[in-house]
Formats: sequence, C-alpha cells, structure tokens
Amino acid sequence: MNKKLAALLVAVIVVAGLYFVHRHRAGSKLSATPAPRQLAPDFTLTQLSGQPLTLSAYRGKVVLLDFWATWCDPCRKETPQFVDLQNRYRDQDLQVIGVSMDDTAPPVHDFYQQFHMNYPVVMGNAKIGELYGGVLGLPIALLIDRQGRIYAKHMGATEVSVLEKEIRTLLHSN
Amino acid sequence: MTHRNRVLIVLMSSILLISAASAFQASQIDKSHLITPDELVTLLQTSKSDKPLILQVGSHVLYTQAHIPASEYLGPASDPAGLQRLRTRVDTLPRNKFIVIYCGCCPWTHCPNLKPADDALRAMGFTNVKALYIANNFGTDWVDKGYPTAKGD
Repeated sequence: MNKKLAALLVAVIVVAGLYFVHRHRAGSKLSATPAPRQLAPDFTLTQLSGQPLTLSAYRGKVVLLDFWATWCDPCRKETPQFVDLQNRYRDQDLQVIGVSMDDTAPPVHDFYQQFHMNYPVVMGNAKIGELYGGVLGLPIALLIDRQGRIYAKHMGATEVSVLEKEIRTLLHSN
Repeated sequence: MTHRNRVLIVLMSSILLISAASAFQASQIDKSHLITPDELVTLLQTSKSDKPLILQVGSHVLYTQAHIPASEYLGPASDPAGLQRLRTRVDTLPRNKFIVIYCGCCPWTHCPNLKPADDALRAMGFTNVKALYIANNFGTDWVDKGYPTAKGD
C-alpha cells in the first residue's frame, strides 16, 4: 500500500511538473510576440527650401528619419551613407528625411550643399525632440514602415549595414 | 621620388591629419580636468560645498529639452560666436572661480565643444575648471540616470 501511494505521488508530481513546463513554454512563445509598433508622432516642419514637410504625407513609403546636426561628428560620417541609401532605394519607395537640430539654418544650408544631400532636411526644435521621447544626443535614426509605425530606433552612430538590412526588410514587406 | 618615400609621405600626412582632427575633441582634455556626473551631483546636493558656475557649451535645442538646473546656456564652443560668449560671460569673474563646463551632444570622443571651452578658460587664467565627463550623451548619462534636470531657457 505504501509503495502504491508513493508511486501515485511520484506520478502526480511528474504530471504536475510536465504541466507547468508546458505552460511556461507556451508563455514564453506568447512573450516572444513583438510589441505592436507605435505610430511615429506626426509633425509639420519647414524644410531648408522654405516648404513645409509633414511626416504623414509619406505614408506608403519607408522612411529613415534622421536627427542630426552639422557639428555632430558621427552625423557628418553618416550623411554620405544616407545620401547613398537614398540614391539606391529611392525607386523602391525609401524616403530619407533629415531633422537638423542645429540652432540656426545657415550652417545647415552650407552643409547641405557641401555634402550634396539628396533628401529633404527640416529644422528641428525642442518640441519635436520631446515628441520623439527627447533628442538629448545625436545622431538618432528611426525606421518607419509604410503604415507610419516605428520599426526601429537607433541611438548613436549605427553601422549602415544594419540600417540597410532593416530598410530592405521593410521595403519587401506589406 | 621613390615608392618608399611616397609611402612615407602618405603615412606621415595621415598621422598629421588624424592628430589634427582629434586635437579639438573632448578626449584630449587632461583627465585631471574632468568631473563625473556622480561627483557633480554629490557636490550640488551637499549644502556646504562650493557650488560651481555651470555652463552648457553645446546645443541650444538640446539645452531647452533638458539641462542641469541653474546651468547657463552659452552656445557651442566649437563656434567662434559661442566661444566669444563664453569669454564674455566669465571675463569679470575671479580667476579661482569654480566653473564646470558641459555639453553631452554626442559621445565623449566626438564632442567638438568641450576642448575649445576648456582651453579658452585656462588661457584666460582660470585655475578651477572642470569638464563634465559625459561618455555617451546627456540623455543617457544624466537624464536617464535620474539626476536633477530642468527644461526651457
């Protein structure tokens, strides 16, 4: 009788253990589901050309939104890379948009010419900085999908190969 | 000119260019001229300590989003106008005045503003100047750490 009771107890423990392991794995699968992408905060700012630019006007395209400044050394290194990305993926609906966090426009105009920038640049301010969670260091690059949702946010200089991989993923998805 | 000499010239030129490029970066500031965020916060929170004059020598847009309380914005010291504003601000101060300069625009090794500010103050005869060592940026190394922060101008 005692042996039968012990065997029953062991069986119960084993079954209970298997049950909890199964629940844990199911929970892990559920927790592996990525959080829903947040809509990129919409904004309207003035381009260097004097024309307004509204982010939501680019729905349907993949947007690389780059917070930068002329005095930011890593930003200066990234700019030619972004010019190249814009050239190569423009026809596939990539749109690079630069948000300059310079205090005034004249150095940005000079920089735009010097670096042969081929994408729109708007003058940023503290308000857009706060809208995007605080732009308290540069550069910051965000990738926004065709539905206007933030896919990735990169703080600091990022290897262009990483950005390009993400861009290609977004361009090829619906 | 021989091939060997050409190679030597290119190598020497590269070394000179790299040295010139890094000469104005914050990483060139002597370590004895630095103060860490932890040290500055402790200083500011100690009521009996000699409080420094804190000057932000970077970006105004970054300053208005978040800055060290009671700090003053002077403008990027990498810009001649910003450097002049710094000189004008401190000109009448006693040369042993405790001054802390900071930026936080970008990683320490790339900051173009602190070295010119540090050099300018020392050239004016200031003997008690510290540069706030911000490794990554002001957001990561100050705001996200929960240190005291103010907004606006």
